[in-house]
Parts: sequence; C-alpha cells; structure tokens
Amino acid sequence: MTASGPIRAYKNSLPNRAIKAIRRDRWLFLIMLLPTAYYVLFCYYPMFGILVAFKNFMPKEGIWGSPWYGLRYMRMIFADSYFWHVFINTIVLNLANLAVTFPAPIIFALLLNEVGSLAYKKTVQTITYLPHFLSVVVIVGMINDMFNSTGIVNTIVKSLGGEQQSFLTSAGWFRPLYIGSNVWTNIGWDSIIYLAALSGVDMQLYEAARIDGAGRWKQTLHVTLPGILPTIVIMLILAMGRIMNVSFQKIWLMMNGGNQQVADVISTYVYQRGIVKSDFSYATGVNLFQSLISLFFVIITNTISRRATETSLW
Amino acid sequence: MTVNTHAAKRPAPIREGGVSRSVFVAFNYFLLFLMMLVTLYPLYLTVIVSISNGANVMRGEVGILPVNVTLETYRNIFKGDILLYMRNSVLYTVLGTFVNIVMSCLCAYPLTRKSFCARKFYTAMVTVTLFFSGGMVPMYLAVNTFGLMDSIWALILPGAISTYNMIIIRTAFASLPDSLIESAQLDGANDLTILFRIVIPLSKATLSTMVLFYAVSHWNSYFDAMLYIRTKTKYPLQIHLRNLLVAGIASEELQAAGTGQAFAVTERTMRAATIIVSTLPILIVYPFVQRYFVSGVMIGSVKG
Repeated sequence: MTASGPIRAYKNSLPNRAIKAIRRDRWLFLIMLLPTAYYVLFCYYPMFGILVAFKNFMPKEGIWGSPWYGLRYMRMIFADSYFWHVFINTIVLNLANLAVTFPAPIIFALLLNEVGSLAYKKTVQTITYLPHFLSVVVIVGMINDMFNSTGIVNTIVKSLGGEQQSFLTSAGWFRPLYIGSNVWTNIGWDSIIYLAALSGVDMQLYEAARIDGAGRWKQTLHVTLPGILPTIVIMLILAMGRIMNVSFQKIWLMMNGGNQQVADVISTYVYQRGIVKSDFSYATGVNLFQSLISLFFVIITNTISRRATETSLW
Repeated sequence: MTVNTHAAKRPAPIREGGVSRSVFVAFNYFLLFLMMLVTLYPLYLTVIVSISNGANVMRGEVGILPVNVTLETYRNIFKGDILLYMRNSVLYTVLGTFVNIVMSCLCAYPLTRKSFCARKFYTAMVTVTLFFSGGMVPMYLAVNTFGLMDSIWALILPGAISTYNMIIIRTAFASLPDSLIESAQLDGANDLTILFRIVIPLSKATLSTMVLFYAVSHWNSYFDAMLYIRTKTKYPLQIHLRNLLVAGIASEELQAAGTGQAFAVTERTMRAATIIVSTLPILIVYPFVQRYFVSGVMIGSVKG
C-alpha cells in the first residue's frame, strides 16, 4: 500500500512521461529525421552563418573560429554611399513595380468576371497563365530580341518615323521594361486568387443592390470590391513583405553597363560584393540589413491592416 | 480536386444598362482579345525568328511571318553541346523533384498527427523559415562547408523542401479522416507504412500538382547553377541559354557552321531557337496540366 505512492509518482514523473511519449511517437521522430536534418543544415545553419557579418571572416578558421569584429562592418556599410544608392534603387524599383503589378491582376479579374461566355473566359485564362511558367532567362531573352537595336520594337518605331532607341542599355528604359515584363508574366496567374474571391461574393448582395437601383458599375464599386477586399489586403501584406527583395535573377540578366545606375539593387550588390569579390562579411551585413527591413515591413503592414480592416496574417 | 475559379454567373448581363452596357461588353471582349494577342506574340515571334533566315531577321523583315524558312539554325544548335545540357536539366529536374516530394511528404505527415508530442516544436521550426533566412552569402558558405560545391547535390539539397509547398501537402494530409489512420494503427501498421501505403496514395491529386510546381522550378532555375556549378559539362540548359544571352558564345559555334551559311544562321536566330528548345517541354505539357496548377494555387490560398 505504502509503496504504491512513490511508484505512481515515479511513473508520472516528467522524464518518465517524456520517455514514454518518445517511445510511443518513435516512428514519427524517425520520419522527421531527414526533414529536420534539412532544416538544420540548410535553413538554420545559414542563419547562424549571419554571424559572419560581425566577424573578420577567414575561410580557414570557419565561421565560429574567425575573430569577432563587432559592428565594424555595419559602420562601413552605413558609410558606404554606393550602398545607399542601391538601397534607394531597390525601394524605388519595388514601389513602382508594386504600383503597377499589384492593381493589374485585380482589374484583369474584374474584367474577366464580366465575361458571359465561359468558353471565351477559359481561353483567356489558359493563355494568360502561360507566361508564369516560362523561365526568367527565356523572358529576358525575348525582351532582348524584341527591344534590340534591330528588334521588332525599333523596327516599328522607325517605320512610324521615330528615332531608334537603345531600350536595353539606357537607364531611362530599365524600369518600364522590368515592370512591363513583370505585368506580362504574372497578370494572368496573379488574377486566379481574385477570381476565386469573386466567386465567393454573395449573390444576394447583388440582388439587393439591384433592387436599390444600383447599376453594373455601382454594384462593382459597392458589392464586388468590398467583397474581395480581405483578399486584396492579404495579398498586399504579402507584397509588402517582399518590398526589399526584388528578383535578383531577372535584374542580373537585364543589367548592363548602360542601365546599372538604376538597375543595381541590394541583391545584385550582395552578389557582386559577396560572391564575385568574396567580401563575405560585408555582403552578409548588407543582406541582414535587408532581411530586417523586410521583416519590419511585414509587421507594420500587418498591424496597420489589422487595425483598419480587421484582416491580417496573424 | 476541382476548384471553381469562375465566378458564379450574374443573371442577364446584357439586358440591364442598355446601350452603354453592350458597348462595355464589346469593349471588354476586345480588350481581353488584345491581351491574349500580347501574351502570345513574343512567343510566336521567337518561333518565326528561329526558323527564318538570319539576314532577313537582321534587316527587321521578320515580324508577322517567317522569311526564307530554314531549319539550319536548329541543325546548328544540335551540333553543339545542347543535348548534353538538356540531359543535365532532365536529370536535375527528375532527381530534384523526387527528393522534393519525398522530403516534403516526410515533413508534412508528422505535422498532421495531433497526438504527436513534438508537433508544436516542429511546426515552429518550419514556420520561422517562412519569414527569415540566412541569405545568399551564408547559404553559399554553407554549401561550400558541406563540400557540395560543383556537385549536382548543390542544386538539389539546399532547396529539398519548399516550406510553402510542404504546407500545401500538409493541408491535403490533414483533410484525410483520422479514423482511417487510427484503424490502420489498430491493425498494427507503423507510421511509415501508414504514410506510404495510405496517406500518400490518397493524396495523389495534390501531390501531382506539387510535382508540377517543383519540376517547373527545377527546369527553369539558373541561379543555383550559376552559384554552385563550375564545370561546363554539368551546366543545365538555362545556364547555357543565359550564356548565349550575355556573351556572344554562339559565335564560335557559328564559325563552325561554315561561311556559306554564315548569314542564314546568326546569334539572334540561335538564341531564338535555344529559347524554343528549352521552353518546348513546358509548352507541350502546359495545356494538359494547366488546371492542376490552378488547383494548387487554390489549395495554397486556403491554408491560413
């Protein structure tokens, strides 16, 4: 009788329960082994590698063995005028890009929603989704061919009596080309989410609006748009999170001596300093700064939207 | 899984609004027609440039129809190393997608088991990576430290799981009834058996969508290869294409074509032909699998 107390307590003790749970879930732990290895090696180990930004990195010593450098690199980065130049470039390019590529698929979805013929609608969808699946190398390849000095666009410009433009190598044309081709690539694909939201708008609301005398345009304004607003807000938050990381890949392919002054952004700068020039610590510092600003943007947008529209990611 | 992306039809669109409405409808149809044209034209142009005579292309004569049709350009690019690069790309895509799917399934399944004692811990481990990452240089150093530089594994292991896709798979797994798994457990099946014999076969629709997503991203990627691959014989097709775009690497191959044909085949027609060759697999598969892609987006969006 008296022995049962301590034995029961032992059986219920924390380490014992933990052992039991682990034994019970051993297969799940086993299954999780490889994914855990992946996350540790290729996500968390590189995060640990950010320490390089605060160290005088010597490849022979490894990340942990290299001597601490404190904030010296950070100070160098903030004093680097070219860093601020690419910083501004990144923000300008992204804001301009967002201003065009964010509303475009919404408008496209609204137009598509007004199409009565299902077959026509499907055809438009199938065709406009296609560019999303082309590689960025292919897309830039097509841009290069069309906007070349002897390309189709210049041929048309000249035949209309205009002057030949060096679209590909001029600073002034970089942003329009970059943003325009982004619209071309993604307008269809990005509209999918809004089309789904549109199909979820309550039909009775349209009925009610019509009884109140609202025309087609008023219905769109007062029923459709408010109906898909939560989706728009979520997509905007996600887009704000990406405001600091422009697609390195496309810009790297489009950049040349002629347009570098506007095309060079944080990620291309990180690549040039870090990988090409092996200036690992400096580049990692720039990268870290970029990640922190991105995180900051997501949190800010999320907070604002939670207050204003009660829609948020968390 | 079929998802309805077509908004429910609003009744009688033409009748209300009268003339202005019909004008709008006509304008709308025309605008969308224009959009299809603008979407397809660059692809069409690339095709006709690739089969036209290079001299005519240079003079700006090729815009609507091909001029002096020749297949010399294609004959030319297949004389080069392009078949090797294609073989590499196929290998990276197949192997990479296989690793992606297996790893994503392994990761997704335990996260759906509500009784799993470490579920919260692992969920947190995975979610953090959605918002924060080491970045380009630490990743490069890590790949270097692990001795993967210039190895095919450098293109496969660092992206073995796309957390976003994994979450989509987890959603699909979680939608299966618990009773199914419990009854299998009563029959003495372990979790590995349950995953591969029951859960994965029942999630084929979602998994095939994920296969497509992963495969397309492998086929299209050039950045990883640019960072990690040094040996030319290991290049994927996209790197070859990129080199054609950036430098006039085609010119050496052009000279091999002989002076007689030098004008029929130019760097520009070579680039166009290479674009077509590297895009053809996607163009061929696309019409058949398009709806799976769309359903993938939809599953992803309801995850929240």
